Amino acid sequence: MGLVAYFDAASTEPLHPQAREALLAAIDVGWADPARLYGQARRAHLLLEQARTEVAEALGARPDEVSFTSSGTQAVHLGVLGTLHGRRRAGRRLVTGAVEHSSVLHAAGLHERAGGEVETVGVDLSGRVDAAAFAAAVARPDTALACLQTANHEVGTLQPVPEVAEACREHGVPLLVDAAQTAGRLPVPPGWSVLAASAHKWGGPAGVGVLAVRKGTRFHSYLPEDERERRRVPGFENVPAVVAAAAALRAMTAEAVRERSRLSALVDRIRQTVPEVVPDVEVIGDPVERAPHIVTFSCLYVDGEVLLTELDKAGFAVSSGSSCTASTLRPSHVLEAMGVLTHGNVRVSLPRGASAAEVDRFLAVLPDVVRRIRQDAGVA
Amino acid sequence: MTEVTQPALTIDALGKKCPIPIIMLADQINHVPLNAVVAVLADDPAAFTDVPAWCRLKSHKHVGSYELAGGGWAIHVRRNY
Repeated sequence: MGLVAYFDAASTEPLHPQAREALLAAIDVGWADPARLYGQARRAHLLLEQARTEVAEALGARPDEVSFTSSGTQAVHLGVLGTLHGRRRAGRRLVTGAVEHSSVLHAAGLHERAGGEVETVGVDLSGRVDAAAFAAAVARPDTALACLQTANHEVGTLQPVPEVAEACREHGVPLLVDAAQTAGRLPVPPGWSVLAASAHKWGGPAGVGVLAVRKGTRFHSYLPEDERERRRVPGFENVPAVVAAAAALRAMTAEAVRERSRLSALVDRIRQTVPEVVPDVEVIGDPVERAPHIVTFSCLYVDGEVLLTELDKAGFAVSSGSSCTASTLRPSHVLEAMGVLTHGNVRVSLPRGASAAEVDRFLAVLPDVVRRIRQDAGVA
Repeated sequence: MTEVTQPALTIDALGKKCPIPIIMLADQINHVPLNAVVAVLADDPAAFTDVPAWCRLKSHKHVGSYELAGGGWAIHVRRNY
């Protein structure tokens, strides 16, 4: 296999070199139980609390508000269900956007099956929730929690978190913000009550998520009692991985201003060039109000799985929301909710350091790949 | 239910996965007169979203989608040009 351009940062960002270094060092010194009182344990405890302080600072939280989970998905599950549980006397209504990550929608589904109520606020063609409709939904009585992502994971569109946070504040409803796609890349918008993020999306190792619960937010884990992580997350902390996650976040945040404008310019180039060189293509998502590194487009008359396979052969790792590429055989709920073409879908998400040369090679290869697939399918 | 215009052509794409129903529609829409309706019968969930999206991209009119008794939909499209 020759040169491969990795364009799937929205699935997972390659491990940051500083995270790798920190991980290797922390495996040797941070293995002991941070809850114990001997030397090695105190060392592990210190490393864990240093990492917590760093992550808290980067995300705009206080250290005692931050707990580490085993994944971003677990952070969302615990955050949604723990806040609903803590607020059960306030009501049983959950408000969420239609294009949230599946972890939010699955937690909402569980809540609904347990007798709770879920209101899903729709999105426009760009994938953005209607802030006014969201505010109206939050204002209805018995609302216990609202959930909104910072940016959509499939199309990159930024959500109106500040406006929604203001409406939530007005009505005394906690807001869970899923910052998985932007943490380390963009500042976390203010106004959250609960924050969820995932370290492997910012160049940390897999197996570390962040659940931050703002002081004063009612929260009660729905899981059996456990002493760890402020009683919010059960189980022994993975201290070396948490240390590496903090190192990656620090490094990504330090590079973010420069790197996001560089990647955003490359995304602009893709957004502009693809419709010029490929006929019958729809570039999806907001062109301006978007995550810096994500762009999605759909090619009419093209099978998404075939397209991904051909791009893989040509040396490009990209992802797709088309149904044939999903285990469920259903198209992505995001594309469905937006009402955009679901077949022939390609998501390009640029990792740190993605080069202009790689993007240009992608733009040079794509037209012929699409043309051949269409030709084979009998499309003139 | 409001009156449904009788389709001038029915494309049976039942059992076919996207993008095949869309390819069939694009191939055959010009077989009907202007303003006539084509019905696409499809049961791939992607078609439910993709036929209206195709209409938007190609400036044809998505008239409506009607559930079929045996599963899937009859998705009606009016030829605009």
